[in-house]
Amino acid sequence: MKTYTFTEKKDTRSGFGAGMAELGRTNSDVVALCADLVASLKLDTFIKENPDRFIQCGIAEANMIGVAAGLTLSGLIPFATTFANFGSSRVYDQIRQAVAYSGKNVKICVSHAGLTLGEDGATHQILEDIGMMKSLPGMTVINPCDFNQTRAATIAIADYEGPVYLRFGRPVVPNFTPADQIFEIGKAIVLNEGPDVSIFATGHLVWQALEAGKLLAEQGIEAEIINIHTIKPLDKEAILQSVRKTGCAVTAEEHQMNGGLGDSVAQVLSLNYPAPLDMVAVNDSFGESGTPEQLMEKYGLTAASIVAKALAVIQRKK
Amino acid sequence: MKTDELKKVASQVRRDIVRMVHGVASGHPGGSLGCTDLLVSLYFQTMKLKTDGTDSVVFDMSGTGEDMFFLSNGHISPVLYSVLARRGYFPVSELATFRKLDSRLQGHPATAEHLPGIRIASGSLGQGLSAAAGAAYGKKIRNDSHRVYCLMGDGEQQEGQIWEAAAFIPHRKLDNLIAVIDFNGQQIDGPTDVVLNNRDLGVKYEAFGWKVLHMDGNDLDDVVTTLAKAHAAGGKGVPVCIIMKTEMGQGVDFMMHTHKWHGTAPNNEQLTAALAQLDETLGDY
Repeated sequence: MKTYTFTEKKDTRSGFGAGMAELGRTNSDVVALCADLVASLKLDTFIKENPDRFIQCGIAEANMIGVAAGLTLSGLIPFATTFANFGSSRVYDQIRQAVAYSGKNVKICVSHAGLTLGEDGATHQILEDIGMMKSLPGMTVINPCDFNQTRAATIAIADYEGPVYLRFGRPVVPNFTPADQIFEIGKAIVLNEGPDVSIFATGHLVWQALEAGKLLAEQGIEAEIINIHTIKPLDKEAILQSVRKTGCAVTAEEHQMNGGLGDSVAQVLSLNYPAPLDMVAVNDSFGESGTPEQLMEKYGLTAASIVAKALAVIQRKK
Repeated sequence: MKTDELKKVASQVRRDIVRMVHGVASGHPGGSLGCTDLLVSLYFQTMKLKTDGTDSVVFDMSGTGEDMFFLSNGHISPVLYSVLARRGYFPVSELATFRKLDSRLQGHPATAEHLPGIRIASGSLGQGLSAAAGAAYGKKIRNDSHRVYCLMGDGEQQEGQIWEAAAFIPHRKLDNLIAVIDFNGQQIDGPTDVVLNNRDLGVKYEAFGWKVLHMDGNDLDDVVTTLAKAHAAGGKGVPVCIIMKTEMGQGVDFMMHTHKWHGTAPNNEQLTAALAQLDETLGDY
């Protein structure tokens, strides 16, 4: 098992803020919009340095999405920001008609996705957004794993022409992605090679997958661990190449099992190379109040869960 | 263009509308007929449009250096398609493909088929004013002094997003935006006052920070004059909203004074009766 180290834990939303700060200096077409959550989205630097390119929309997310779509006409690149719940389910029809169907170059960048939003509870813990967004034709869906990768993804999507849903979160997590790593949309990253089981993880669960890999290695099992930061377009080749070697797979994500990364991987495998598969995800349930750690533990989004499911799928291939 | 010439265009557009919806036995003639005079005035008189140097229009998605129009109540697509074709954005013959398979003239306006003149999809109501606000904001950022027009329905004012945009636009001082509300008092399920009363829209928009004008949307002189007034009112920090009184079905007597023709196409006999009331001034497609 390859060793991954980190010097500090940082939140992915701050990676977004750092990416926006850089874009503010390097790309004069980038415009930021926010629905009354600038501190949560870490937009302070961008706003301070580019006050004329920040549009405060107030608590009116539907209008924000429409305004963003309209801004694209003059060649501007709007980054519409809010919490993931309010940037997906609350404005799904606006995203569908004004952004996706209209093919507008809007970047919907959302924080506080999933259970790790924590104490605010299930009203704010969106666990269905990946499913909703990946269902939209033409929509790119990205869920980076740490500060550096979120920063790099933020910069990368500005150069990509088309609608993007960029999802990140609130808690601090190990920041292990190299700071100079270029973000390639749709290109999975193999973090560890191994012959025994493929682990496909996204977002905060990528670090848990690496932890699971260490635990499996203690039992003599070498897992192939792949960071699927882009859920759509999915890197099907990377998935098939890995499972053809390992013969079984586990997916891990901070999302509902229905509609998530696991669904996407299951589709690829069942259509191309059926193999034992299990999923670490929230199983048809809403979240609740609690600390991020308590919630991840209670809902089984942990390295231990990944290990248990990996051992089970390895058994199934025999 | 003089008013009598605009009237000729309007008559032909109304013929196109009833023929288009008859041709596919679906679509929305009522609101289209009611808003014909507005769209003819905008595209043939009021708006500064990009041309090739002569009077031939050139479609540029960005709308840079020209006025832009957004149709929020996308179901009245027949009037927009006819006016765009008659203005020269695409061949008039293409109107015959309205709502048919593989057509660029979708039931509701869309960009996926690249129909010249359409900048964003509309149909799911309440969204056009926000898109227009974004376009107007973009013009401000790009230092482009041209205007952005947005037509909405009065039934559409029941959508919550309209009021998000109605608050945003004056707050952001988008004084290059002119909203028009088609006040025909009708919607699918009946009179707007009965279905969900909008109360006094003029008072509401004024309270939100707009300058409100009123006009008779079926009197071409009044439409041209009021649009000029709205244009002149721009650039002073306040957006303009025009409450446009219209008659749904205007120009075809049996389609007026009822909501019945909101989304119903005429049969063969009704088509004949309607066309008998509308002069063929520019040649049918």
